[in-house]
Amino acid sequence: MQACEQVMDRGASDDAEAEVARVMQICNACRYCEGFCAVFPAMTRRIEFGKADAHYLANLCHNCGSCLHACQYAPPHEFVLNVPQAMARLRGKTYADYAWPACMGTAYRHAGVSIALALLASLVLFFLVPSGNLFERVDPPGSFFTLFPHGTLVWLFGVVFAWAALALGVGVGRFWRDVSPGAPNAAAATETTHAILTLKYLDGGHGEGCNNEDDAFSLWRRNFHHLTFYGFLLCFAATLAATFHHYVLGIHAPYALTSLPVVLGTVGGIGLVIGPAGLLWCNVRRHPLHGDTAQRPLDRGFMLLLLLTSASGLALLAWRDTAAMGVLLVVHLGAVMAFFLTLPYGKFAHGIYRSAALLKWAIEKRQPSRLKLGGD
Amino acid sequence: MHDVLVIGGGNAALCAALTAREAGASVLLLESSPREWRGGNSQHTRNLRCMHDAPQDVLVDAYPEDEYWRDLLGVTGGLTDEALARLVIRSTATCRDWMHRHGVHFQPSLSGALHTARTNAFFMGGGKALVNAYYRSAARLGVDIRYDAPVHSLELRDGEFVAARIGRERITARSCVVAAGGFESDREWLSEAWGQNEHGEWLADNFLIRGTRFNRGVLLKNLIESGADAIGDPSQSHCVAIDARAPLYDGGICTRVDCVSLGIMLNRNAERFYDEGEDFWPKRYAIWGRLVARQPGQIGYAIIDSKAIGRFMPPVFPGIRAETLDDLARQLGLDEARFMGTVTDYNAACRVGRFDHTLLDDCHTEGLTPAKTHWALPLDTPPYYGYALRPGITFTYLGLKVNEHAAVHFGGRPSRNLFVAGEMMAGNVLGKGYLAGIGMSIGTTFGRIAGTQAARAVQETNARERHAGV
Ligand SMILES: Cc1cc2nc3c(=O)[nH]c(=O)nc-3n(C[C@H](O)[C@H](O)[C@H](O)COP(=O)(O)OP(=O)(O)OC[C@H]3O[C@@H](n4cnc5c(N)ncnc54)[C@H](O)[C@@H]3O)c2cc1C
Ligand code: HEM
Ligand code: HEM
Ligand code: SF4
Ligand code: SF4
Repeated sequence: MQACEQVMDRGASDDAEAEVARVMQICNACRYCEGFCAVFPAMTRRIEFGKADAHYLANLCHNCGSCLHACQYAPPHEFVLNVPQAMARLRGKTYADYAWPACMGTAYRHAGVSIALALLASLVLFFLVPSGNLFERVDPPGSFFTLFPHGTLVWLFGVVFAWAALALGVGVGRFWRDVSPGAPNAAAATETTHAILTLKYLDGGHGEGCNNEDDAFSLWRRNFHHLTFYGFLLCFAATLAATFHHYVLGIHAPYALTSLPVVLGTVGGIGLVIGPAGLLWCNVRRHPLHGDTAQRPLDRGFMLLLLLTSASGLALLAWRDTAAMGVLLVVHLGAVMAFFLTLPYGKFAHGIYRSAALLKWAIEKRQPSRLKLGGD
Repeated sequence: MHDVLVIGGGNAALCAALTAREAGASVLLLESSPREWRGGNSQHTRNLRCMHDAPQDVLVDAYPEDEYWRDLLGVTGGLTDEALARLVIRSTATCRDWMHRHGVHFQPSLSGALHTARTNAFFMGGGKALVNAYYRSAARLGVDIRYDAPVHSLELRDGEFVAARIGRERITARSCVVAAGGFESDREWLSEAWGQNEHGEWLADNFLIRGTRFNRGVLLKNLIESGADAIGDPSQSHCVAIDARAPLYDGGICTRVDCVSLGIMLNRNAERFYDEGEDFWPKRYAIWGRLVARQPGQIGYAIIDSKAIGRFMPPVFPGIRAETLDDLARQLGLDEARFMGTVTDYNAACRVGRFDHTLLDDCHTEGLTPAKTHWALPLDTPPYYGYALRPGITFTYLGLKVNEHAAVHFGGRPSRNLFVAGEMMAGNVLGKGYLAGIGMSIGTTFGRIAGTQAARAVQETNARERHAGV
């Protein structure tokens, strides 16, 4: 009876992959949570959970918390079953293990430090670069590019952004190949897009939302994420619109309050203030057994950085005609740069890996199961 | 003082508390367990058996009242009360709206339980999600809840409830609902019920309890001793074969091992003792607990080979695995020679036709006692797997006699203000056997009846007191 004792006495395992395999083996014999999300239906298509399966399922999990509160084997039961926590721990490992180049995996493990360093370095950089005096009103007011030549900025951000996209792309490419369900068809792609844009799996499976501080469901977390996500996209679109104005239309900043870049940025910026602030509020009140508390610096650092970016951008807009503009611009550009620098080695990866896992699921579920389990 | 006292913290108790509160009564609920273990056996459940005349949200086709009744009659062999049974059956046609209003969500049959798609509505997230929803709803409605509150006796006067006692504390109320489950976690009582075998073994010493450790039958015993009318056979319990490595309590659903019909089942002496292929697993699932209980040491060993892998619900613990049969015997601690003899005889007796585990196929044994009448394939494809199984008790049948108002009876007379619901009275409807999902049907129906009646008893008391000018 050696094999069994291993499972029984082991309780929760320290090895993140082994722990996911352990919890999935218990869940697979129970299946009560099948209606909450995609993780459980994906689980029932397997009877063993190797490393690649474990990483796939971990990233399919949205950490909604439902299956923790519904679990009759959750602590203090001797099975100490905590699916969201096992999944969260392994996600941390996914980001690190699949990071490219591999040495940057350590950036995840010390996420708080990475973010702080990236921010500090970026701020110092932007304090040093300006050609004029940062603490004086520029002439004409709001002409940002007298302080930072437009070309220099495009070059700097362009390179960093391209690097971030490449690094994330390589990582997620490896992740994709590890459990490869085949090529997506249109239906799978549409379903995935829908699941991403609506954050389907934070709705609890019944539409009342996910758990936060206790077993009650709420849509707050999902709605704050929507504000964050769409706010981010709008800000990104604003930056693209500004670039378009600059190069194609030949119109140079500062732009009018009613111009496309400013409108997009303002609306998105407001979303990107309320969203991360709300997520932070949820995160602080979160049930201690949800997720992996060791990753708090990663999670909260990311939210704070988003908040700093949007708040500094909005402040910049508000005070662009004053002597504070220079410093605000440095802070904004520093925050944006830190965000891009940590993009492939920080929490941002969650969106990319989750999207990939969702697409895998949408493809896989359209294939017949290899198992032929009889009724129980 | 509260109007209604509800004793217990599972499905039946919660249904009673919610209904009494909805009827305007002030309610106190006493749950013997700490908060994190609340919900009794109800937290382990997964579904409710529902009658319906046409497809409903998560239920396909129809499951009319009469078919439900015939199914119940079949499994109980007539040990049921038709009027009460039909009351339950009819109420399952509509109770889900009420459940939904209190936060319970339903989903279609789980994968691996598709044979119940027509008859059973599954709780999304299982019984613990249901229990959580009810506790939230109760808190919202202003039901007072106390955990760590094990009631040890009731104070009665002329068949009427006066007070409940927890240690030295005395809790009075105008009426009371007891819904404190069966006695399956009182091991001494179980021992007494199951007795000794010819080897002098106390059978229940080797039993595992599938549900909560808090259902110790304290109030069942107290009420019967106080003269309440009992119903059901005290020596009977529902019992299935579960993985011997399951925890002593609260192993719940996941400890089932569903491979018996795909292989052979041996006892401690490495002998077969029953037809493993008699019928489909869901139907035969429940007999193996009792069969294993009658074997020496109350243990059985399910043996399969690799052909069975991927054909049954994955078990919670990995099986003991071996490349050869004799190694498997060694690892399981069975006598090698006898084990090999049994397997060789079985393999030689297999008449393989067209194997199909979704129907009663034609693979059977010839000249073997006991025979295996279906799905008989020789054990010849390594690796081999073995699972040790023990009896796991689900619930006990002994309960209190009730009428359609869920009233506890004393000497044939219904009490005016003491009611009972759930497992404590399920024996009125389910005298023996089991029908998946009927436990929750009985608990929900009678929980709500008990709550309504308890609130009504309060109004009557109040009216009488007003009348008397008290
Ligand atoms: C593993 C398993 C799976 C099951 N699956 C299903 C299923 O899918 N569908 C189905 O219909 N049925 C199922 N059943 C049966 C079902 O659990 C019962 O029929 C149902 O839960 C009974 O509800 P109840 O409220 O009467 O008892 P319980 O839910 O057991 O509640 C009894 C409560 O009383 C409390 N209590 C006990 N003594 C005292 C005391 N002295 N003072 C105060 N409180 C006390 C306990 O702590 C507990 O909270 C299953 C049972 C098990 C064990
Ligand atoms: C590519 C690098 C970026 C540069 C050079 C840049 C520069 C600027 C400038 C110059 C302004 C002031 C606009 C004005 O007042 O008219 C601004 C505003 C703003 N920026 Fe950025 N930004 C960049 C990226 C981002 C990103 C990635 C975000 C969000 C994630 C963001 C969020 C905002 C917000 C919310 C505002 C205020 C609203 C507005 O003016 O449109 N910026 N940015
Ligand atoms: C691309 C698809 C994306 C998906 C599928 C996705 C999904 C999720 C999910 C499920 C969570 C909850 C996880 C948890 O709380 O642990 C989450 C958290 C979060 N996401 Fe996203 N996300 C995506 C993109 C983004 C983007 C683009 C941003 C912002 C730039 C973002 C910002 C956040 C933040 C700030 C949190 C909170 C983290 C926490 O509470 O710990 N997400 N995301
Ligand atoms: S989390 Fe718990 S209740 Fe849900 S499927 Fe897993 S074991 Fe079952
Ligand atoms: S936490 Fe939510 S998303 Fe993750 S596995 Fe559990 S139910 Fe699914």
